[in-house]
Amino acid sequence: MARTPHVDVMRSPLGRARGLGSARAGAHHWWMLRLTSLALVPLTLWFLCAMVRMIGATRDDVVSWMAGPLPIVLMIALVIATFHHMQAGLQVVIEDYVDHDWLRIGSILLVRGLSLLLALACIVSVLRLGL
Amino acid sequence: MALSISHRVTGIGLAIGTLLMTWWLVAAAVSDDAFAGVQRFLATPIGILLLLGWSAALFFHFFTGLRHLAWDAGYGFDKPLYERTGWAVIAATIVATLLLWIIGFAVW
Repeated sequence: MARTPHVDVMRSPLGRARGLGSARAGAHHWWMLRLTSLALVPLTLWFLCAMVRMIGATRDDVVSWMAGPLPIVLMIALVIATFHHMQAGLQVVIEDYVDHDWLRIGSILLVRGLSLLLALACIVSVLRLGL
Repeated sequence: MALSISHRVTGIGLAIGTLLMTWWLVAAAVSDDAFAGVQRFLATPIGILLLLGWSAALFFHFFTGLRHLAWDAGYGFDKPLYERTGWAVIAATIVATLLLWIIGFAVW
């Protein structure tokens, strides 16, 4: 006889939603991945145009390019959006394919740490070039 | 479909590509010699191959990303449209990559 599936959980679905689920973050991670991807649409196109102009450039060319207010702001925006998007995207891939708990948590922490360091290295470099 | 997993694979490739961007920016911030070194490396066959792979992966991820955003918004799920946008992604990637490199070589 088919019976109605019954799960012994005291907490209601609404209660779970209010508590934002087991990760306490709700849809934030999902939303940030989409938000950064939207930001990266114009930023990436701008970056490609800028990089084409930097083909065969000397360091002086880069310095005079970065001296403008627009390149320095857009470069930092691009770096933040890129590395945020990168660590969020890699986290999804890791969560989907790495089964072992400690390996999964460890690699996510490693990816986040490295992303942060790379982003900081890029931002400091841009500031040094442009300020 | 194969495009979906390719979105992830190119995403991982682009993550490796950020190392190149970081190297380029840090070298520019450090010294003339360091920056000249990066620019020289990028002009070698290996450097050009890396940039070619990076640009193709970027355009592919860019266009499949737009497709994913449309899906997230609830559009593009019916079968004929789904197939068409899939092929459009491949065509747009090839055209955009070629265009970028034609402009690139013209500037160079």
